[in-house]
Amino acid sequence: MLHLYLIPLIFALIGLAFYAVLGGADFGAGFWQLTAGKGRQAQAVREHAHAAMAPVWEANHVWLIFVLTVVWTAYPTAFGSVASTLSIPLFIAAVGIIFRGVAYALRAGASGPRELSAIDTVFSISSVLTPFALGTAIGGIASGRVPTGNAAGGQFSSWLNPTSLLIGLLAVATAAYLAAVFLCADATKLDDQKLEEQFRRRALGAGVVAGVIAFAGLGVIAGDADRIFHRLTAGAGLAGLVISLVAGVATLALVWRRRYEPARYSAAVAVAALIAGWALAQSPLFLPGLTVRAAAAPRTTLIAVIVAVLSGALILFPSLALLFRLVLSGRLAEGGESVDLRLQRRLVRASRQGFLARVALACLIAGIGLLTIAETSWAHALGVVSLLGFVALGFPAALPPTVGPHTNETKR
Amino acid sequence: MTPAQNYLLQARQMQALSFSVHIPLVCFGIAFPTLLLFVEWLYLRSGDPLYRTLARRWTNVMVAMFAAGVVTGTILSFEMGLLWPAFTATFGSVFGLGFAVEGFSFFLEAIFIGIYVYGWNRLPPRLHFATGIPIVLAGFTGSLMVISVNGWMNHPSGFRLSHGKAVDVNPFKALFENAYFWHELIHMYVAGYIVTGFLLAGAYAVLRLRGSWGRYEQTALAIPLTIAALAAPVQVLVGDWSGREVARYQPTKLAALEGLPQTTTGASIHVLGWYSDGRVEYGLGVPKLLSLLAYHRVNAKVQGLDAVPARDRPPVNVVRFAFQTMVGIGTLLALLALVYIAVRVRRRRLPHSTWFYRALALAGPLSVVALISGWMTTEVGRQPWVVYRVMRTSQAVTGARGIPVGYGTLVLVYVLLIAAVAWILWRLARKPLELELSLSAAEVD
Repeated sequence: MLHLYLIPLIFALIGLAFYAVLGGADFGAGFWQLTAGKGRQAQAVREHAHAAMAPVWEANHVWLIFVLTVVWTAYPTAFGSVASTLSIPLFIAAVGIIFRGVAYALRAGASGPRELSAIDTVFSISSVLTPFALGTAIGGIASGRVPTGNAAGGQFSSWLNPTSLLIGLLAVATAAYLAAVFLCADATKLDDQKLEEQFRRRALGAGVVAGVIAFAGLGVIAGDADRIFHRLTAGAGLAGLVISLVAGVATLALVWRRRYEPARYSAAVAVAALIAGWALAQSPLFLPGLTVRAAAAPRTTLIAVIVAVLSGALILFPSLALLFRLVLSGRLAEGGESVDLRLQRRLVRASRQGFLARVALACLIAGIGLLTIAETSWAHALGVVSLLGFVALGFPAALPPTVGPHTNETKR
Repeated sequence: MTPAQNYLLQARQMQALSFSVHIPLVCFGIAFPTLLLFVEWLYLRSGDPLYRTLARRWTNVMVAMFAAGVVTGTILSFEMGLLWPAFTATFGSVFGLGFAVEGFSFFLEAIFIGIYVYGWNRLPPRLHFATGIPIVLAGFTGSLMVISVNGWMNHPSGFRLSHGKAVDVNPFKALFENAYFWHELIHMYVAGYIVTGFLLAGAYAVLRLRGSWGRYEQTALAIPLTIAALAAPVQVLVGDWSGREVARYQPTKLAALEGLPQTTTGASIHVLGWYSDGRVEYGLGVPKLLSLLAYHRVNAKVQGLDAVPARDRPPVNVVRFAFQTMVGIGTLLALLALVYIAVRVRRRRLPHSTWFYRALALAGPLSVVALISGWMTTEVGRQPWVVYRVMRTSQAVTGARGIPVGYGTLVLVYVLLIAAVAWILWRLARKPLELELSLSAAEVD
C-alpha cells in the first residue's frame, strides 16, 4: 500500500536514478578523459567526451540538488543524521563538484593544448573522485553505519568500510560504462567510425568490469552488512538485482551489435533497477532504528512537497525533453515562435517623444509616496511595483541616443 | 563546552565565506540574462551585427558565471546538512519546501541556459530569443524561494515547537505568508541589477581609460550603466523601507545596526564611530533621525539593546560596521548614478570626464562589497539565533569533528575558483573584437 510518507521518498529515488544515469554519464565522460592517454586520437576522445556533455552537464547535475532538497524537507531527521555523520565523503564530493564546474567554465577561455590538458586533468580527477565519494556515502547508509543523531556515527568508519568502498568503486565503474554507451551513440551521430569503435571497446570493457564488481561485491556485503545482504538476496531486493543483471547483459549485447540507441535505455534500466533493489531491500528502515514512517515530516509538509514536485515536473520534463532533443539532434524544429514584439515596438516609438521618461518619473514619484511615506502594506506593495516600473520604463528612455533598435541602414 | 561549540565560529565563517562567493554570482543570475536578452532584441530589431557580437560575447560571460554559480550554490546546499544538521533535522519540514521549489527554478535555468547557449546558430532567431525568457523568469523565482527561507529564519511562523520537534507545520504559511519576506526579496533583486550593472559597466570603463572607446565599448557600457543608474537611487528607497521593517519585526537587530544601548525616545543616528561600553564613540550624531526614519515620528520610542539579555544580542560592532559600509557605498553609488542621469538628460550623451570613468571602474567592486555587507548585516544581525528567537545557531551546528580541515580546504578551493573565474573573464575579454565583428557580419549576410 502506498502511504503518503513514502511518496516523497519515491520521488527522491527517481531523482537519484536520474542523477546516477545522467550525472553518472557525465562523470564517466571525465573518467574517459583521464584514461585517454596521449596523442591526437586521445585528444579526439577527450574533445568528444567534452562536447557531448557540455550543453547538458548543468541540468544533469541539478538532479542531485533535487534529491537533497526533497530529502531534507520530507525526512529532515534522517537528512541531518546522514549529512553530519557522512560529512567527510560529502565534503569531498562537494569539492569535486566545484572543480568539475570550474573546469567546464575554464575550457571556454582556454587556448592551446597545454592549457586544455591541464584543465582536462583537473576535470577528470574530480570526475572520478566525486562519484566514488558519493558511492561510499551510499554504502555507509546501506550498511547501517549511520545512526540517528548529530554526527552520531563514526566519522571515518561510516564511509571507509568494505561496503562503502565497494559501492564507491561500483559508482565509478557504472559511470564509465554509462558514459561509454552514450558516447558511442553520439559518435555514430557524428559519423565518426573511429571514435565509435573506440568507445564501443570501452563500453564493452567497462560493462564487464561493472558487472564483475557488482556480483563479486555481493560477497563483500555478505561479510560486512548482514541485513542488507539477506534482503538483497531474497524477495523484492533480489528482483531488482535480477532485472539489473538482465538489463546489463542486454546492454552489452546491444553494444556488441552496434545498436546504441536502445543500449542507452537498457543501460539506464540496469542502473535504475539496482537503486530500486537497494531501496526495497532497505525498507522499511531509513536508518538503523528509524523507519521511513518515523523519519517523515508532518503531513502538511509531505503534501506540499508532493504538490510542488508534481507541478514542477509538469514544467521540467517538457523543458528537459527540449534540451535533449536539441542536443541529440543538433537542432530544434521550427515552430513555437510566439514572441510578441509589437508592444515593445510601441514602447520604443513612445520613447522618442520623451513619453516614457515622463511615465517613468511619475512611477518614481508614486513609488516614493507609497513606499516611503505611506505606512500600510498594500501601499508598500504598490510602491515597490511603481519603483520597478520606474526602472523598467526608465531604462529605454535613459539609454544614450546611440543605443537603440534603429535599423542598420540609418546608422551607416 | 561541547566539541560542537568549539567549531561554531568556524562553521559560521565557512558559511559566510560560501555565501560571499556565491551571492555576487547570484546577481549575475538575476540581472545578466535580462541585459543579454535586451541586446539580442536590439539585434533582432535592427540587424546590426554589433549587437549580435555583443550578445554572443556576453553569452560566454554568462556561461562562465553560471557554471561558477552552480557549483558554489551546490556547496551551500551541502552545507545546510554538513554544518547545520540539527537546524535541517528540526526545521527541514518547515522551510525545506522553499529550497525544493528553488531546485526546480535552478533546473529550468540550467536547461534553458543549455538550450540558449547551444542554440546560437542552431535555432531560428526569434525562437532563440524566446528560449532566453525562462532564464530570466527562473532567476526571479529562484531568488524568491531562497529569500522566502531567509525571511522565515528572520521571522519564523507556520509551526509550533513541541519537545524540540516542529509540529502543526504549514510550509506555505511559513514561507509565503510572511510579512518579513517582501522587503528582503526586492532589496536583493534590485541589488542584483546594481551589482551586475556596475561590474559590467566598470569593466568597459577600464577599457575606456586604456583608450579603446569605439561604438562597441560605448554600447556595452551604456546598457548596464543605465540600468544600474536607475536601480541605485531606487535601492535607497527600498533600503529605507527595509529598515522600517527591521525596526518593526527585529528591534534588537535595529538596535545593533545603530548601536543603541538603551530604549530611547527621539533616538539619534550616529554616522561612523565605534560602539563600546554602551555608547558610540567618535560617531557623528544626528539627533532624532533614527526615530524619524524608523517610525516617521521624531519622538518615537526605539527599542535598545537592553531590551534583551546580553546573551541574546548580536555582536554590535560587526553588524554596525557592515550596515554603515552598505549604506555608505549605496549612497555613493546613487550619487554616481545621478551624475550619469544628469549628463544624459542635459547633454544627451555619455559623460566625457575621465573622473567619471575612474569612479565607475571602482563602483563595480564597491557594489559587491555593499552587497556582502548587506547580507552580513542581516545574517550577523540575527545572531545568536539561526531561527529568530526559536533556535540558537549553537544548537544547530554539526557535532562532526574536522571542521577546521574542511574550512582550510574550502578557503583554498575558493581562492582557486575566484582565480579561475578571473582568468576566464580576462581571456574572454582579450579575444580580438574585429575578427568577431566581421565574422558576425558575414554570418548575417
